[in-house]
Amino acid sequence: MRTNGTDADERRGARPTGAAEGANRRRPRLAVWKFSSCDGCQLTLLDCEEELLALVDRLEVAYFLEASSAVVEGPYDVSLVEGSITTPDERERIQTIRRESATVIAIGACATAGGIQSLRNYADVDTFARMVYAHPEALDVLPTSTPFSSHIDVDLELRGCPIAKEQLLEAVGALLHGRRPNLPTVSVCQSCKRRGIPCVMVSQGVPCMGPITQAGCGALCPAVGRGCYGCFGPAESANVGSLMRWWRDALGMDADASRRALRTFNAAAPAFARSDPFAAGGSAAGGDGSGHHDL
Amino acid sequence: MTSDRREMRRISVGALARVEGEGAMRIRVQGTTVEEVALDIYEPPRFFEALLRGRAYTEPPDITARICGICPVAYQTSAVQAIEAACGVEVGPSVQALRRLLYCGEWIQSHALHIYLLHAPDFLGYDSALELAKVVPDVVQRGLTLKKAGNDLMNVVGGRAVHPVNVRVGGFYRAPSAAELETLVEPLQRALEAAEETVRWVGGFTFPDFEHDHEYVALRHASDYPMEAGRMVSDQGLDIAPDAFEDHVEELHVEHSNALHAVLRERGTYMTGPLARYSLDFDRLSPRAQEAAREAGLGTTCRNPFKSIVVRAVETLYAVEEALSLIQRYRAPNPSAVEVEPRAGRGSGWSEAPRGLLYHRYTLAADGTIEEAVITPPTSQNQRAIEADLARFVEAHLDLDDQALTWQCEQAIRNYDPCISCATHFLDLDVERRP
Repeated sequence: MRTNGTDADERRGARPTGAAEGANRRRPRLAVWKFSSCDGCQLTLLDCEEELLALVDRLEVAYFLEASSAVVEGPYDVSLVEGSITTPDERERIQTIRRESATVIAIGACATAGGIQSLRNYADVDTFARMVYAHPEALDVLPTSTPFSSHIDVDLELRGCPIAKEQLLEAVGALLHGRRPNLPTVSVCQSCKRRGIPCVMVSQGVPCMGPITQAGCGALCPAVGRGCYGCFGPAESANVGSLMRWWRDALGMDADASRRALRTFNAAAPAFARSDPFAAGGSAAGGDGSGHHDL
Repeated sequence: MTSDRREMRRISVGALARVEGEGAMRIRVQGTTVEEVALDIYEPPRFFEALLRGRAYTEPPDITARICGICPVAYQTSAVQAIEAACGVEVGPSVQALRRLLYCGEWIQSHALHIYLLHAPDFLGYDSALELAKVVPDVVQRGLTLKKAGNDLMNVVGGRAVHPVNVRVGGFYRAPSAAELETLVEPLQRALEAAEETVRWVGGFTFPDFEHDHEYVALRHASDYPMEAGRMVSDQGLDIAPDAFEDHVEELHVEHSNALHAVLRERGTYMTGPLARYSLDFDRLSPRAQEAAREAGLGTTCRNPFKSIVVRAVETLYAVEEALSLIQRYRAPNPSAVEVEPRAGRGSGWSEAPRGLLYHRYTLAADGTIEEAVITPPTSQNQRAIEADLARFVEAHLDLDDQALTWQCEQAIRNYDPCISCATHFLDLDVERRP
């Protein structure tokens, strides 16, 4: 059933120039693809219970295996891609999808930052495989889990583990109308301020990744009194080193706990992964040791 | 494909649709003998049990939720209960009740998803519910409304429908107020009607004449229909506590794929999930759910896996009723979580995911660092039963043409609502597929 490269190359000529342009003639063709993931982000599309039937009036669902047995061959106007690249097969498959899709939207933490499975990037994948499988030699896996942007040009990224339904609808809506989607790049702190949620770190001494995490969830964790755990990945110009110093000096958090906090669902995001803030004898990288907290 | 019965016949689907995760089906028939049946799972492994090692005992509810976007509460519940067992902590009835309420939300949304969006199109001859909606929009919208009631419940109690943020070892970060839960009552009452209509609707479908003889395994609780608590029992006399699970269940490596299959050491293949729960725990259903089941033509047990869609509808009705009842009796746990101090030890926990029993076991160091994690998801336990059903079904239906047989075989797999992302212990990566 594999679509080989030759077929895909032949179809390149038929590639539409843009979804908005295509909408004038016919409904834009949507495809939803799964790579290494939990399905939660594509489920978010089906969780648009009030909008789903209206949405499929505007879009032709051409490929969405979780929801439909019907398969329409490419090219596609929009491909939503969920998951990360963890096998040689996936590495090739995303190239085909890129060739067949006018617009590629990466959805979720796996797709934009490698996901929880990118913890293997910090370990030896063979050791991991031996822990789980009786015959690890039969597995055909890559040593790392990487986001789509490491392999192809991605037109738009939606953050989150899982993505927020509102952001998905905003992205698809913007595409249908040929405008830029409005997706914030500020930190979760701004969401807390907007919702009037008292700062859990200041008022309760709870370690929170809100200052370095991109908004979009609506500050769900602080709303239940826990610290943000960073599932939307790093905010624009996140000052990770500063937060790590704050955790250490003001909250007495140890290096291991801080490292674990950075290494969860967006473990391969550059701002979280770039350097180990604790590599040099437990002192925060980039820290000036002044104890100044530039939150 | 020739109709000559002596010829080799192959039935295969390269990429199964309307299941959670990535799987394929391969069946080879020689004459009238089914020679090979395989449910191939090529979903890439993500090594959860390995990456949990070295993490803190507080982390599994967030990390293991990411195994499955459709049943995260099952993972969170089994995980926290295993860790609490390792640490020798009991959470008490008010936390337990809130866990059950959250779990009701997951059953409602997952069952509604499966009934309406994944399985019903098989019975009605459509490729998807999106196609079905063009013909009977009200019916599909009813399913979506029902599903939304489950998601709303997960949002209010869990803080988020996919990967809830409010669950922690020992209880919840924050107990919702009675007033917050009150906002759910009206949508749940509407969902109750929708659930009853759903039972009637799916009860009117046509079911292939088919029965299996697998051993049924489900949790059983002193008074409640099994969800977050109970002992593991079977119709062959099994009756065990969580810490005996690995004494009775082993995971086998089978030749035809890289799949590990969970089997009972004593008797082999067994089946977990809605049919097993229904058949072993019918007496624990509410009178209203029992009555709806009877009206839909079910007895007190059910051995036709194609009727699992009816049982799921009955369980959905039960879960909506149970959620309303739990909200009515709600007393916010105070504190919202009990303190759980780590200690060296080993603890097992389980719960009934929408698609079947989910087992977790953790071994902790004295400071709470995870030394070992074992997770046995429902689909791994059901994999042998799925393959056995396919073999038996194909043998009895060789008169069908390839298209019809393939369609019904896919339907037979969906009977189990397989959750393949969960089941990635076992995989065959050598399956050809679309790009």
